[in-house]
Amino acid sequence: MARYFDEELLELNKRILEMSAEVEATIGNSIKALRELSREKAEAVIKDDDRIDKMELEIEEKCLNLIALYQPAAADLRFIVMSMKITTDLERIADLAVDIGERVLEMADQPLLKPLIDIPKLATLAQGMVRDAISSFVSKDPELARSVILRDSEVDELRNLVQSELINDYMSKDPKTAPRAVPLLLVARHLERICDHATNIAEDVIYMVKAEVVKHRPESLK
Amino acid sequence: MSGENIIEVKNLSVYYGQFQALIDIDIKIQANRITALIGPSGCGKSTFLRSLNRMNDLIEGARTTGEVLFEGQNIFNSETDLLELRRRVGMVFQRPNPFPLSIAENVTYGLRVHSYKDRLFLEEKLYKSLQAVNLWDELKDRLNDNALTLTGEQQQRLCLARLLAIEPEVVLMDEPCSALDPVATARIEDLMYELKKNYTIIIVTHNMQQAARVSDFTGYFLLGELVEFGETNQIFTSPKDSRTEDYITGRFG
Repeated sequence: MARYFDEELLELNKRILEMSAEVEATIGNSIKALRELSREKAEAVIKDDDRIDKMELEIEEKCLNLIALYQPAAADLRFIVMSMKITTDLERIADLAVDIGERVLEMADQPLLKPLIDIPKLATLAQGMVRDAISSFVSKDPELARSVILRDSEVDELRNLVQSELINDYMSKDPKTAPRAVPLLLVARHLERICDHATNIAEDVIYMVKAEVVKHRPESLK
Repeated sequence: MSGENIIEVKNLSVYYGQFQALIDIDIKIQANRITALIGPSGCGKSTFLRSLNRMNDLIEGARTTGEVLFEGQNIFNSETDLLELRRRVGMVFQRPNPFPLSIAENVTYGLRVHSYKDRLFLEEKLYKSLQAVNLWDELKDRLNDNALTLTGEQQQRLCLARLLAIEPEVVLMDEPCSALDPVATARIEDLMYELKKNYTIIIVTHNMQQAARVSDFTGYFLLGELVEFGETNQIFTSPKDSRTEDYITGRFG
């Protein structure tokens, strides 16, 4: 038996998809800004964040209304509550893209310290994880969600690589490179945090679909 | 006693003539907890409730197989004292049914049936029972008024007081709030939380939100079967059976 409520749930799904498309684009734009050391592109990323913040507030309000009016239970309840959490993670991801934009503004007056090799790899991983995490939410696919969570260790390795290279090969050898090295190091951190949020989304998807808590329980994934 | 199983039902089936209203029910009810029974109309939940104190005996053509163990004793044994059973496992009905007597006489009626006559004892019981349902302050100056002059909610609480006067252990409630408005319902629910400390409560309800609010355990009945039984939190956040899920999310019904 179809319910009017089902239309509301579809609408919620749609809004989250729209927000995640915006967020993915923002990550891409922040990396482009970095590659080109473009002030203009960095400022655009920072400005666009307002739009994403607004989407978060609207989705949150919708979820609260659904809870108040329909007293959802079981899978519907888990879907709505996880939607609220996922929306928060998406907004935090967008904030991290803004942080990358701010690092670009800090670096824009001087040439890049070194050709970017590992940071773009990190960025590609991050975009992929965010995309797959949202995909797993939309298609309610716990296996895809699981694969996102497992990718997180690759991310940590790459970030450590970037960090050790910048510290050992540049800053230790010539402390004057620090003003250009530190922002790059921070960009790597921001990207790693984006991946952490994608992992959170994936964990929430697994709970939503299977009512299984894998959050904070790495052994339950094996 | 709290937390232990005060009632154990094993393979209970109830037939009305040829029709099987309950099919092989197995369930354990914990003491000092509220257990809610939900399900669509005609699913057997009221029949089940009535089995627990053999009220179905009063229905012509009703036949029961299986066991209901109350504190370890099967209530269908021939030695069972029905009057005593129905004192220890008492019932409150959907529509309040106070006797056409005074408020005081209603509450002490059961005691007098059980041969308690001492006036001081009866007065003390009257006070304690009305107090337990939060009616003493409201009614202490009108104890001789006819019970039928009370509001629906007061009548329902009076019926509960009447039951509590004879010191039951289990209170069965068959849709006790169906005839009451939301504020009255909330007051009865608050009362249930308090009574839980001293009694075991089993409630049949059409109102799922009530079952969710009030109960510790929930059982879902469908077409005579007990589809699922578990902690209320779990039933309402992640039910194990898809039939349960369909019912509580409103996809079926």
